Amino acid sequence: MVSDTGRARGARSTRSKLDQALRADKDLKLVAYIMGGHPNRKRSIEVGKKLATSGVAALEIGIPHSDPLADGPVIQRAGQAALEHGINVEGCLEVAAAIAAEGTPVVLMTYINPILAYDPRKFAAEAAQAGVAGVIVPDLPVEESEPVAGWLRSASLDTIFMVSPTTSAHRLQSICEHSSGFVYCVTVTGITGARKEIPAGMKELIQQVRSHTELPVAAGFGISRPEHMKALRGTADAAVVGSAIVAEIDKGSDPVKLVKELLKACR
Amino acid sequence: MGALEELEDVWHEAKADTQFQLELAGHRRAFVGRPTPLYSATRLGEHFGGAHIHLKREDLCHTGAHKLNNAVGQALLALRMGKKRIIAETGAGQHGVAVATVCARFGFECTVYMGTEDMRRQSMNVRRMKLLGAEVVEVTAGTKTLKDATSEAIRDWVTNVRTTHYIIGSVVGPHPYPEMVRDLQRVIGDEAREQYLSVDGKLPDVVIACVGGGSNAIGVFTAFLDDKDVALVGVEAAGEGVRTGHHAASLVGGRPGVLHGSYSYVLQDRDGQILPTHSVSAGLDYPGVGPEHAFLRDAERVEYVAVTDKDAIAAFKLCTRLEGIMPALEPAHALHHAGVMAREYGPGGRILVCLSGRGDKDMDSIDGV
Repeated sequence: MVSDTGRARGARSTRSKLDQALRADKDLKLVAYIMGGHPNRKRSIEVGKKLATSGVAALEIGIPHSDPLADGPVIQRAGQAALEHGINVEGCLEVAAAIAAEGTPVVLMTYINPILAYDPRKFAAEAAQAGVAGVIVPDLPVEESEPVAGWLRSASLDTIFMVSPTTSAHRLQSICEHSSGFVYCVTVTGITGARKEIPAGMKELIQQVRSHTELPVAAGFGISRPEHMKALRGTADAAVVGSAIVAEIDKGSDPVKLVKELLKACR
Repeated sequence: MGALEELEDVWHEAKADTQFQLELAGHRRAFVGRPTPLYSATRLGEHFGGAHIHLKREDLCHTGAHKLNNAVGQALLALRMGKKRIIAETGAGQHGVAVATVCARFGFECTVYMGTEDMRRQSMNVRRMKLLGAEVVEVTAGTKTLKDATSEAIRDWVTNVRTTHYIIGSVVGPHPYPEMVRDLQRVIGDEAREQYLSVDGKLPDVVIACVGGGSNAIGVFTAFLDDKDVALVGVEAAGEGVRTGHHAASLVGGRPGVLHGSYSYVLQDRDGQILPTHSVSAGLDYPGVGPEHAFLRDAERVEYVAVTDKDAIAAFKLCTRLEGIMPALEPAHALHHAGVMAREYGPGGRILVCLSGRGDKDMDSIDGV
């Protein structure tokens, strides 16, 4: 599924599936986040499949961790609920495989300890087997990313690293060089969770990223409203919406409605 | 990562700066109350069969524990970095009190994160922090103890990193914290080694300290690492027993993993999820441990053992009755093991225990038993 990707750093002769899917044309692209196994395994597959075919450019699936340092209360609670329902890495890979079968690229987001406990080599191989396109590990800084990132690369998975408003210039360059698929631009200093406004300085940060890489740039954390989409259009390639979607799923409502609304504002 | 890089630079600068060192030494003398005494616990020694037991009296530090050594040093760093606000996590409340104390002393805004469960166990320390002007934020997530308070403090830090310094209370967390906190706590061992030599002309046979995150232990061990004939023993919390699963002994019962930004021994299930811990002592109730302890364990320089709640409480009572010193429940774990080793060495055995804090805060936990 991702065998057509070449990701020799610097010389990208072929663009990976994510790289292609997240590149803004006229429209801003949308990435929807759900937590694997939330509210339970069956329902997360159903919701994921629906979202995958709702017009989003990619789907991000969280693998829950007991201590999610980068996540706000909504995603923390979703993760806890999923763990209580007995989901684990293996279960999330099955959820990802079922959703990836719809054809929309799937990105996994989790923390380093579940990957280490599972065995990073096995994780990389099985994620690729499941049709996953890339992996985000927020507590894996680029300086400490080997050998795990190497195993992900050798399984033809994209490795997506994050930049934030406090990332220093030399780290920013290194993060751009080590990323593939796209660069994740954290719009705020802080954790995930819907916020009212997109902070000033976002444009400058994205421009800085673009000076180091040709990869598409996705903005995430705190993004939840149609106004945010409008603000990001023409600046970012894609927007990642997480907590707002997870909150809909929590309420038992259909998150596709929110996604459609957001997509309208992307055009 | 940006803030960690800044912290590392500022710390290395400050370490090399004579002015900073003089200032730190001044605060240690007049504010913390250093050097703390080395005390010969003769009645305890007799009780254990005639060994010579010495206690390094960190319980006599201002605020009642070794935690202030670290808090004072990091407060000076925060001043140097121009930060206005300080945050901290706390388990037993001793670190929280130490941080609230330096914030009052130096005029920082202060927020302390504490799990609901620990607020219940250590209500007196909650009151102390509030009187000192700190905001105490209750953490209701996860196991409602030190681990979750640490996660919440980290979330606050990444959100307010431009104005805020995070004073971690132990030798845990991401680099440079384990190294920096060790450097600020090694005053315990440096003093103790000199004091021991001046009293006895010889070094102890063994140095014993309790290990939660491991800051008092690293503090006292570091001075003795090169003394090959001095055995070093770290004592973890076995809770209801390591085999029961209700414990907090990361080095004795855990596996390598990542928690709060460092790779060390961690109590976790097979899926890499962090396990709930149990210890009667809130200060040892943490599923990870400083990465340097992991190294010292693997290098076989330090031996790590675990002592149960029951044995620690008995040692607490014994020390109180025989020496007129009420230890905190944390070092009571080390005191129990001192008894075990005293019997091993027999009369003439030379044992140094780090008495990391005093026990007033634990009255309620003891009464309940």
